[in-house]
Amino acid sequence: MLSYILRRIVATLPVMAIVALFVFSLLYIAPGDPAVVIAGDQASPEDVERIRQSLGLDRPFLVQFGGWVWRILHGDLGTSIFTNLPVSAMIGQRLGPTLSLMIVTLLLTIVVAVPLGVVAAWKAGSLIDRVIMGFAVFGFSLPVFVVGYMLAYIFALELEWLPVQGYTPLAQGFWPWLENLILPAIALGCVYIALVARITRAAMLEVLQQDYIRTAKAKGLGQGGILFIHALKNAAVPIVTVIGIGIALLIGGAVVTESVFAIPGLGRLTIDAILRRDYPVIQGIVLLFSFVYVLVNLMIDVVYTLVDPRIRY
Amino acid sequence: MALLEVENLQTHFRTPGGINRAVDGVSFHVNEGETLAIVGESGCGKSVTSMSLMRLIPEPPGRIAGSIRFAGRDLLKLSDREMRAIRGNDISMIFQEPMTSLNPVLTVGRQIRETLMIHQGLDKQAAEAHAVEMLTLVGIPEPKRRVGEYPHQLSGGMRQRVMIAVALACNPKLLIADEPTTALDVTIQAQILKLMLDLKRRVGAAIILITHDLGVVAEIAERVMVMYAGRKVEEAPVAELFRSPRHPYTQGLLGAVPKLGSSLAGTATRLAEIPGQVPDLRKPITGCVFAGRCALATDLCRQYAPGLEEKGPRHIAACHYAAKGAIAA
Repeated sequence: MLSYILRRIVATLPVMAIVALFVFSLLYIAPGDPAVVIAGDQASPEDVERIRQSLGLDRPFLVQFGGWVWRILHGDLGTSIFTNLPVSAMIGQRLGPTLSLMIVTLLLTIVVAVPLGVVAAWKAGSLIDRVIMGFAVFGFSLPVFVVGYMLAYIFALELEWLPVQGYTPLAQGFWPWLENLILPAIALGCVYIALVARITRAAMLEVLQQDYIRTAKAKGLGQGGILFIHALKNAAVPIVTVIGIGIALLIGGAVVTESVFAIPGLGRLTIDAILRRDYPVIQGIVLLFSFVYVLVNLMIDVVYTLVDPRIRY
Repeated sequence: MALLEVENLQTHFRTPGGINRAVDGVSFHVNEGETLAIVGESGCGKSVTSMSLMRLIPEPPGRIAGSIRFAGRDLLKLSDREMRAIRGNDISMIFQEPMTSLNPVLTVGRQIRETLMIHQGLDKQAAEAHAVEMLTLVGIPEPKRRVGEYPHQLSGGMRQRVMIAVALACNPKLLIADEPTTALDVTIQAQILKLMLDLKRRVGAAIILITHDLGVVAEIAERVMVMYAGRKVEEAPVAELFRSPRHPYTQGLLGAVPKLGSSLAGTATRLAEIPGQVPDLRKPITGCVFAGRCALATDLCRQYAPGLEEKGPRHIAACHYAAKGAIAA
């Protein structure tokens, strides 16, 4: 098992290298001379030339790429063109809010979507099933920002139950931290909950037809034990897969959600960086997101072996 | 004394094409410690009968009527909770497919432990120890290691042994075995049958054996009930039934069994088959259910359903011409 994980980590190196190449090429794929782009509209030719030399843009592409990778391996993601701060420091500052939002959303999704899917499958064809699946279609069709503004209007502005926007670090207490994340997590989680609930229902429907479920009933097990132990564990592989794939969905959704709820996270940083054409920052963030995604995929494969003993590497 | 008395059992299913009368008015009993075989071809209602006894028929679309008295209580009148306390404890079941009847993602030990923890209130350690004991009892080598393994690590015969261990863990009074050996190799079949009989003697359980394998019936059953199209058509002690089957359908079943060595002995004859198909159970049947396939059928059979009548010692059959049938055989 441990050797499998090590092998998998080694296998991710070429993937990360290709991702890094793409990320680095961003600067060159974008139309125009990078130095001109970076320098902005009002720069003199001297300014452009100075930027070109300071960034090493006058050297061959592969040499530049090699130097960039070398610096990244040493923890140096470069310096922001706009703020002159190290990119790693800027990302570090913004990591907390985004990570908090993602984790709360992930937990909310699992706690809500999986039981909903299980109940829908158990009561397949009934009113409860149709209501749950109706909500799933609804949740799936509404864009994050619509849900976000609706929630903020109802629960923050009208009912005044929760703050409208903002973020409080966990260090200042659990409730202040959570309070600010509830609405964003629901808004961001809507699509995700709908997706996971649907997949859970489909996987459970298939499993509930199996002979071993009949055996479990014949043994005198209660409905809860049959559904959540005998059936759910068998349905877990597709569910875990979708939860993992959904994390990519979350990364995209976080950018919008953070804007709606004014959360100073990586999503906001991404938008700001794109608007300012702050290439080192964009590169750093994209690289980080890719890395997280590769890591999540590895985790999914490891979780498979925990839920299904027939899967061995 | 009768452990189980089934009175006029009717299990019907609502289908788009009408009501399917899978079991239509079957009555029988099982004495304590007795082995009753229920035989018949596919679709005759023998499995539905056994599932009805355990109330494992999904309702709707199914509906079970009649009465099933087990140790004095009518199972059809119990609440779900009371029924759960009986399943796996007083009545347990072994299924046909050992490959798919065990949960693939739970250890063998856990699957045996579960019934003990639910019904006997054992804690995990005690249940685990008992699970190892059960595995030893059903003849699985290295039970201490096997108890932590998953079904896919065991062979088909081993898995059926595990199923038997699960079924017998709580010392049930009645064991329902639904084609327990059909999916196994012939050599393994004999081992499993022997095991079932040994354990039955040990725990004193009664067995309802559901099968279409008449060789198995001859070997282990004491009494046989023959079903056709959701009804009981004949019932007799096993020796009596094999010696003088009264119902033309039973005669057909026995005629369809190849006899080993008959070609060497020079007595080889063509295997007798029963012509035609089982009637559509969604349509009402007038007259004898078997009339459409019976060589002896007359207008009487097609118009009036024969009742179950005593044809010999503890031997009943539903046929207007049963006596004549016995001579014809």
